[in-house]
Amino acid sequence: MYIIIVGGGNIGYYLAKQLNAAKHEVLLLEKDRTRYRILSEELGEIVMQGDGCQADQQLEAGFGRADAVVATTGSDDDNLVVCQMAKMEFSVPRTISRVNDPRSEKLFHQLGIDATVSSTKIIYNLIEQEVGGGEMIPLAALNRGNIEIVEIEIGTKSPVLNKQVKDLNLPPDALIISIIRDEHAVLPSGETILQLHDSVIALVNADREPELRDVFA
Amino acid sequence: MNIVILGCGRVGTTFARLMYKDGHTVTVIDMQSEAFRRLGTRFKGNRIVGNGIDEDVLKRAGIADADVFVAATQGDNRNIMAAQIAQHTFGVPRVIARIYDPIRADRYRQLGIITLCTTTIASGLLRDFVTTNEWGLAKDYSAEYLAQNV
Repeated sequence: MYIIIVGGGNIGYYLAKQLNAAKHEVLLLEKDRTRYRILSEELGEIVMQGDGCQADQQLEAGFGRADAVVATTGSDDDNLVVCQMAKMEFSVPRTISRVNDPRSEKLFHQLGIDATVSSTKIIYNLIEQEVGGGEMIPLAALNRGNIEIVEIEIGTKSPVLNKQVKDLNLPPDALIISIIRDEHAVLPSGETILQLHDSVIALVNADREPELRDVFA
Repeated sequence: MNIVILGCGRVGTTFARLMYKDGHTVTVIDMQSEAFRRLGTRFKGNRIVGNGIDEDVLKRAGIADADVFVAATQGDNRNIMAAQIAQHTFGVPRVIARIYDPIRADRYRQLGIITLCTTTIASGLLRDFVTTNEWGLAKDYSAEYLAQNV
């Protein structure tokens, strides 16, 4: 696979190193000349100096044949534009963006970015799982109709633990489509009882998300 | 009209004062409070300190009720992202972004944002003035740029 990483900070650097070691073809694009020199001394010719938001430099970097573009800079706006331009100009099949503000993830999905990673959210979720809160993780957004697919884990303190699906007071425009239990997907009926560590997968209208969260937390 | 302006630089300031003088409700957002000094004492519109790509900051600036949102910071990408938040998250009817890079200005125009590329406009006006000794109309010169450079 040919993978282009935009942004040579710590995340971009370690990612390039790992992918390179795994025998992928990698290009690391860094805008700042000083940082570029430091990176290329260590990583050699897989580093290129350039602005990943500019179409001419995307062309030069070979975005046209990239299997994936990963934007890892510390600025959400730069990452968004890198991925959108990669899609618009070169139809890159997979665009992955680092997101600092977790609330931006929804917008990024709406705007066609294939995958987002928010370290803020990951750390938050780790802490929330420890204390057993029912944090809702967005899995995907359907382009039409403002519908999201979310995952909610059932913790020890969840108010719906050991309840039947039919007894849940779900808001309108919310539908439980599956329950992941011991790594297996269960298709639930009204009689299905929610157990500890179940992951509930639900379709929900984005506007109803807070109400759905309240049911589980 | 209810107008929210992101970026209190020269363009943001001048535009804010014009619209305020014409009787519109104007809110200006900038990361640095010192930037508001440019607005002067006669401008009585709202000033909001904060990051324009943060939804909470935009909400505080009243973007939910805005008729027009103008993004005019120094950063093309910041303007692009803020404009898309205004358009997609808050449904602002008219969203305008100043974008220096002609290519990005063209592509995001195709995505429904009104883009103002001052690079192509200023250079086009200059070319017309230098060759004809008359100022042309400030029409958008980007089509000509794109025909030559892409």
